[in-house]
Amino acid sequence: MATSFSATLPLHGSQENRLLLPPIRLAPPPSSFLGFTRSLTIPSSRRLYHAHAARRSPVVGVQEVVKEKKVTNSLVCILITKEEGLVLYEDMILGRSFEDMCAQMYYRGKMFGFVHLYNGQEAVSTGFIKLLTQSDSVVSTYRDHVHALSKGVSARAVMSELFGKVTGCCRGQGGSMHMFSKEHNMLGGFAFIGEGIPVATGAAFTSKYKREVLKQDCEDVTVAFFGDGTCNNGQFYECLNMAALYKLPIIFVVENNLWAIGMSHLRSTSDPEIWKKGPAFGMPGVHVDGMDVLKVREVAKEAVTRARRGEGPTLVECETYRFRGHSLADPDELRDAAEKAKYAARDPITALKKYLVENKLASEGELKTIEKKIDELVEEAVEFADASPQPGRSQLLENVFADPKGFGIGPDGRYRCEDPKFTQGTAQV
Amino acid sequence: MAARIHGGAGAGAATALSTFNPKKLVAPSRTNLPAARSSKRCIVAGGGSDASKSLSVRHSQKLIASAAVATKAETSATTGTGHELLLFEALQEGLEEEMDRDPHVCVMGEDVGHYGGSYKVTKGLADKFGDLRVLDTPICENAFTGMGIGAAMTGLRPVIEGMNMGFLLLAFNQISNNCGMLHYTSGGQFTIPVVIRGPGGVGRQLGAEHSQRLESYFQSIPGIQMVACSTPYNAKGLMKAAIRSENPVILFEHVLLYNLKEKIPDEEYICNLEEAEMVRPGEHITILTYSRMRYHVMQAAKTLVNKGYDPEVIDIRSLKPFDLYTIGNSVKKTHRVLIVEECMRTGGIGASLTAAINENFHDYLDAPVMCLSSQDVPTPYAGTLEEWTVVQPAQIVTAVEQLCQ
Repeated sequence: MATSFSATLPLHGSQENRLLLPPIRLAPPPSSFLGFTRSLTIPSSRRLYHAHAARRSPVVGVQEVVKEKKVTNSLVCILITKEEGLVLYEDMILGRSFEDMCAQMYYRGKMFGFVHLYNGQEAVSTGFIKLLTQSDSVVSTYRDHVHALSKGVSARAVMSELFGKVTGCCRGQGGSMHMFSKEHNMLGGFAFIGEGIPVATGAAFTSKYKREVLKQDCEDVTVAFFGDGTCNNGQFYECLNMAALYKLPIIFVVENNLWAIGMSHLRSTSDPEIWKKGPAFGMPGVHVDGMDVLKVREVAKEAVTRARRGEGPTLVECETYRFRGHSLADPDELRDAAEKAKYAARDPITALKKYLVENKLASEGELKTIEKKIDELVEEAVEFADASPQPGRSQLLENVFADPKGFGIGPDGRYRCEDPKFTQGTAQV
Repeated sequence: MAARIHGGAGAGAATALSTFNPKKLVAPSRTNLPAARSSKRCIVAGGGSDASKSLSVRHSQKLIASAAVATKAETSATTGTGHELLLFEALQEGLEEEMDRDPHVCVMGEDVGHYGGSYKVTKGLADKFGDLRVLDTPICENAFTGMGIGAAMTGLRPVIEGMNMGFLLLAFNQISNNCGMLHYTSGGQFTIPVVIRGPGGVGRQLGAEHSQRLESYFQSIPGIQMVACSTPYNAKGLMKAAIRSENPVILFEHVLLYNLKEKIPDEEYICNLEEAEMVRPGEHITILTYSRMRYHVMQAAKTLVNKGYDPEVIDIRSLKPFDLYTIGNSVKKTHRVLIVEECMRTGGIGASLTAAINENFHDYLDAPVMCLSSQDVPTPYAGTLEEWTVVQPAQIVTAVEQLCQ
């Protein structure tokens, strides 16, 4: 596939948007498995696909959005302003640098356990989250560092959390896979796949409840990120059903990077076109090139606007790729080098850089300044995390219960939490 | 899960308990109220620091062993005010009062709205509060429990109903990983003030999957509290307390207890989530029980009293955490403990309680702690087999006699 960005119109015809598999079909050891030999039909309709014409929601196809813009900007169609472009660039650079630093720190023994890096998928996080307000919610999976950063959690807080320090966003109690921030409405960070989707549905339910029961002015939307493997999980389908049924303001974003650890999406899914599963439940399903931040952003704008207007959920499938292994413990030997090279050539950051420079939105110098600034920020985050203290013994039992009376009444008649030795962890429980 | 349980199944409760008259069995409420009581004040039955005071007051009354059922210290039943209702109505009253009080309280579950709840606990609430506050969910326990948790994290206070507690096995992922843990893994940032409630326990030939005793499955989950109600009084009180609590609470109801009738106070009250309830003070032996087995114990108590024993019966109510104060005081007095529960023998509530008592009160025991639990079998359908699965009053009498030798 040619580079996604061109000088005039970043978005190519609908054919490319509909192309669901990379031209190089990756084959694990040959099998008679049906998924490989099936040919994909490319739908002829240019519009977003709806299952029931009667329930056609007024969603405009991406092409229409672009056409409108084309009319207003007579000369050249540029989808972003300079400021927006720099924000997007900085966010993606932050994600990339941070994750690269994580890898370094991990191999130096500063962080432990399972660490899942987001390299290559930055366009999805930046494309969606930079459109959200602080009161909108984001729910993610174990590959959540960059979602947290895009949502506004400081690099210091995330790095400290990874180092297991008290100053981490979760006081060191969550770790890599559980990034939470009440201030920025980052609702986690979940280790089991699919587990966060119902939580996201609940957050969207609260928005609807605030509007309709509490009569508050609430336009908050929730964006749930998850992967291709999750789309075979029951929780996903149960939530698609409820979200469409109750018309919840939620956007389901599938980061389809084609691999669930070592399981190819094609080997595990009877119908690999995930976007199709949206209309089956009565919501629009969109497929977008997840290596192109501008395309993602256009689709995201439409989906978020839909949700804010009370028109219900959208399922967005982003075709993307992770440049590294599933986690830092994954040797990543199964994926074909040619596939990796193909996607490396579509690096979203390189593409955006090229777009910004070619359209005279920013100079190389300005972009380099941003890169330098981010480098310093990430290094400072590491220094901060290094210097922060480890949690003390007294922290062990502190957040088990919101109301510590839940620890019960001890033999002496007092609530256990009233015993100072208890929170210090030295009392006999 | 496909089976529809109608409210009629609860009608079996009245006949199931007909061997002893529920009306006579007035559940003594654990009140430690000061003498003057204003009807407008919300009464907490059993405060922590006042516990010792109330206990000493009660024991100075020196109840005679001939009374099988303890007389209540002072309740609205004796003063004449109060109203009589069934246990499921008490739950509904508690729920409705809390929904009136706080607009963030909402209900979600299968058939809770238009159908009114399969045990009628949410009857009429959808008409009053609307379809969004009393949400009829599709059949997807895992997802709607998770949805309740997400809603709780973002400011609501959902009451999640499992049509049968057994169905919550499908929600175990959400209950264990998210409900119990998220407050901790988020470093205290998010609270999850949900109430997960529903009927469980062995009913009338409902079959293995509808007759599960799940208290033991949930008890190890860190971060949750578990309570079991047994009378209309404590059902309403615990429901209200659970809704007001900032912690996630699992409220276990019992299929056969929904039609128990009792007179409860008109004025507002809540029961303390962490406290046990003294059902019948005594001197010879401490019998710890909860939920339906309370009634089997009280029936056995009648027989025991006739035989000259004086059992002290405590309804532990709080399954997690245990009220070690009430239990400890009792052990220190009687030196013998019998636990009677409906939970499974292996890894059940009784097993944990035995361990806790041995650890904390070993010096006060004159005999090993005996625990009568239900058999480790999937509840059989046949009536006779089902009867032998759970602990019966005759077994309780035998056990007491054995312990008190």
